[in-house]
Amino acid sequence: MGLLSSTVSVTRYKVEGKIEEPILDTIAKGLKENVIKDVDEDISEKKVGWTSFENPFMPDFRGSSFVIGTHMVFSLRIDKKAIPQKTIRKHYAIEAAKRLTESERQFLTRDEKKIVKDHVTDTLMLRIPSTPHLYDLIWDYDSSSLCFFSNLKSANEELETLFLQSFQLSLIRLFPFTLADLTMGLSDGERDNLAKLSPTNFTG
Amino acid sequence: MLDISVAFNRYKFLGYEFLTWLWFLIENEQNTINEIVQEPMSLEIGNRIVLENLRKEVLESITIQGDDAGLEEGIMALRKGAVVTEINLVYKGNDFESNFTVKGEGLSISGLKVPQSGHVESRKDMEGAVIEKVYLYNRVLQLTDSLFKQFIRLRGSNDWLSKVVPRIRQWIHS
Repeated sequence: MGLLSSTVSVTRYKVEGKIEEPILDTIAKGLKENVIKDVDEDISEKKVGWTSFENPFMPDFRGSSFVIGTHMVFSLRIDKKAIPQKTIRKHYAIEAAKRLTESERQFLTRDEKKIVKDHVTDTLMLRIPSTPHLYDLIWDYDSSSLCFFSNLKSANEELETLFLQSFQLSLIRLFPFTLADLTMGLSDGERDNLAKLSPTNFTG
Repeated sequence: MLDISVAFNRYKFLGYEFLTWLWFLIENEQNTINEIVQEPMSLEIGNRIVLENLRKEVLESITIQGDDAGLEEGIMALRKGAVVTEINLVYKGNDFESNFTVKGEGLSISGLKVPQSGHVESRKDMEGAVIEKVYLYNRVLQLTDSLFKQFIRLRGSNDWLSKVVPRIRQWIHS
């Protein structure tokens, strides 16, 4: 979901740790090394990588192209290919029949069936285009905060994994406990109290 | 710190209690909200509120939805031990209006609408639009942060059980 969309969803993170100077060069390196790779000429079902916010289908992280104001703005892109099971079944039936005719046999062994199915799936994967999914993020390095514009569990998990892999920094998702514990400036005593809390009975 | 997934599950009740307290404030103590936020503004319940009764063996969920929906069933659910798990809010300030939904368990924001930014035709326009959107989103996040911070301070104090909870009970049973 795009941060300029009329309606957005936001998941917030605290970025744990600092990266080596010069910061922008290090971030650009992490982005370039983990840029989205083209999945269309590949048998992979899914590719995950960074892309440019401004030009998500021709990523370019040269210079400070990913910096807007005091924020770093770029996007997570997940390209997926999905082949309907009925399509796989159809092509499997055709391919299996062809092999039986060629070998003049009545049946394929279990291993042969698996080989045929894998071959059909790989061939179809090469033929069908992927569907790109874009999720923007805003990273305020100075305040160690990051807003990710999606609440989708799978997208957030991909973000956390790729961010760590790219920048060697952990993302801590901000939910009630972490928001209170890490961002509210509570004293040690208040943090101890927080950990001891249990649910309130509002009904009396 | 606790393992993240353990902390998420063990303390998600804090998010539910926060939203329940917030509903109480909106209905009964708007001036407290203004004092916390320190700006002339109003906060109203929007078109959706979800309550869940987590004290029963089988989860009971009540969703009240619609622009003019009455909230009486929500109060009934609170009387039976439910808490607010999701709430849609309308935040109005000077030259600013925003509508968004907060989910209690993660305090994630969804359906966030802020005033439209200008039409984007060039990179300069795009940068301006991003900066403006970041500012507008931050206003909403600062609002929820301020309210949550006040809730957390209150929740860990003696005032929670001695003053706040009795007022919420009175509201629920009035």
